[in-house]
Amino acid sequence: MSVLIIAEHDNQSLKGASLNCIAAAGRLGEDLTVLVAGENAEGAANAAAAVSGVSKVLHADNAAYAHQLAENIAPLVAELAKAYEYVLCPSTTTGKNLLPRVAALLDVQSISDVMAIESADTFKRPIYAGNVIATVKSSDKIKLLSIRSTAFDAAAADGGSANIEKIDSVHDLGLSAFESEELAQSDRPELTAANVIVSGGRGMQNGENFQMLYDLADKFGGAVGASRAAVDAGYVPNDMQVGQTGKIVAPDLYVAIGISGAIQHLAGMKDSKVIVAINKDEDAPIFQVADYGLVADLFDAVPELLSKL
Amino acid sequence: MKILVPIKRVVDYNVKVRPKEDGSDVDLANVKMSVNPFCEIAVEEAVRIKEAGQATEIVVVSIGTSKAQEQIRAAMALGADRGILVETEDKLEPLAVAKCLQKIYEEETPDLVIMGKQSIDGDNNQTGQMLAALLSLPQGTFASKLSLADGKCSVTREIDGGLQTLELKLPAIITTDLRLNEPRYASLPNIMKAKKKPLDVKALADLGVDSTPRVTLLSVEPPAERSAGVKVASIDELLDKLRNEAKVIQ
Repeated sequence: MSVLIIAEHDNQSLKGASLNCIAAAGRLGEDLTVLVAGENAEGAANAAAAVSGVSKVLHADNAAYAHQLAENIAPLVAELAKAYEYVLCPSTTTGKNLLPRVAALLDVQSISDVMAIESADTFKRPIYAGNVIATVKSSDKIKLLSIRSTAFDAAAADGGSANIEKIDSVHDLGLSAFESEELAQSDRPELTAANVIVSGGRGMQNGENFQMLYDLADKFGGAVGASRAAVDAGYVPNDMQVGQTGKIVAPDLYVAIGISGAIQHLAGMKDSKVIVAINKDEDAPIFQVADYGLVADLFDAVPELLSKL
Repeated sequence: MKILVPIKRVVDYNVKVRPKEDGSDVDLANVKMSVNPFCEIAVEEAVRIKEAGQATEIVVVSIGTSKAQEQIRAAMALGADRGILVETEDKLEPLAVAKCLQKIYEEETPDLVIMGKQSIDGDNNQTGQMLAALLSLPQGTFASKLSLADGKCSVTREIDGGLQTLELKLPAIITTDLRLNEPRYASLPNIMKAKKKPLDVKALADLGVDSTPRVTLLSVEPPAERSAGVKVASIDELLDKLRNEAKVIQ
């Protein structure tokens, strides 16, 4: 079985989610081709060629592909996809933006957020905000899957030596143009890649109080997340949101502070290895999933925790 | 300018959905149904654009059973002018929904389509992107800010790690994220007025769309449960457990 994997990258290097996606592809077949579409993306193409298990890298380099505009990359992927049985991408915002557009061009019903591969045509995916897991079977000739990174281990970033083939095909529809990007500048690890995550909820009361959580995360070498309630209340930006409508994470240690534990939040973090909850409401649902729960006022507990680390 | 807003009738977001006992599908008997929250944000955005004098008409379209008329009326109570129901008893997949919307688009020729980024039942996050592909139009997905000027639209998108702003030619397909706006509540007079607004019902069969399912639902199950652990009495005990029992910190 041949699989085309759409790499997520920043032109210089591969994003971590690509490695999980390549590992998932390895469950479907041995002929794994990675597409790196970008501008001046030699660095990312070389990184893809070095990933263990990759057979071939297709490198499409053009200004039209610089910012991963779905309008331009979808026709490129649709053109290449016809030679494969599967097309996979990580179910990140970039992947979710692109894959359905490819699917419609190919007249295929893509499958979002695959969390388990049961057989060549049968997959598991969460529905209803993760309250239910569906097992679905695809009858499409080419199967397009977006892969939930936390459900698959990452492929080794080295050990491979795939050939890199240049692709000259350029699709520039001229429908959309990149204007600007504001990416959070941080020395902390990305949420989806962090080993430790400290998250705050509505109990934090305001954005300033999140400083305690940044300090705590720094002690752990971790990242800071938030519940949807904290985002909706305007305490922190949406890209910090952990949950069904935000990021899905599975760190070694997840510390939930002032988070009640709505199902929507649990759906985003319950696969964490160890969960700690600090909340003053002893009936908060977060305690039903926490390995270690501390019933305490976070404004007492967090400073004490900081002083003892 | 005319704005088309596709909306979906879904289980209310406060309902905790469970699988049926035989695991064949989810149990939706007697649960409260509402407008999908992301679709409600789409309606609100269209109404704000009209209130700002940048649009003249808002058309809401839904595909579903005759009961979806309730959701179309709800959208009209928020400020949409006219409704279309594509009536079917079938559960359509996103690709089939996109093909229906393509037909409606071609009949209505709107200048802008605003729709939710995903429905909270299927959680597919596909229909807007598919519609954009079928129509060869630009797409601004996961929008948290939208502005229109000179036949173009500037859309700020929620992406991993921050925000991205794109300039799209119109017509374009926009899908909404949570922070685009906070939908208003419909007032009683507006609910009454909505009852008199035009609502056109079409049969799915009349659109001539191939809606044959490509994906079969084999079974549904509850997610793996995580069992509750222990309560600790103090920070000292917590740190001791993390260091010596879980061994996740030094």
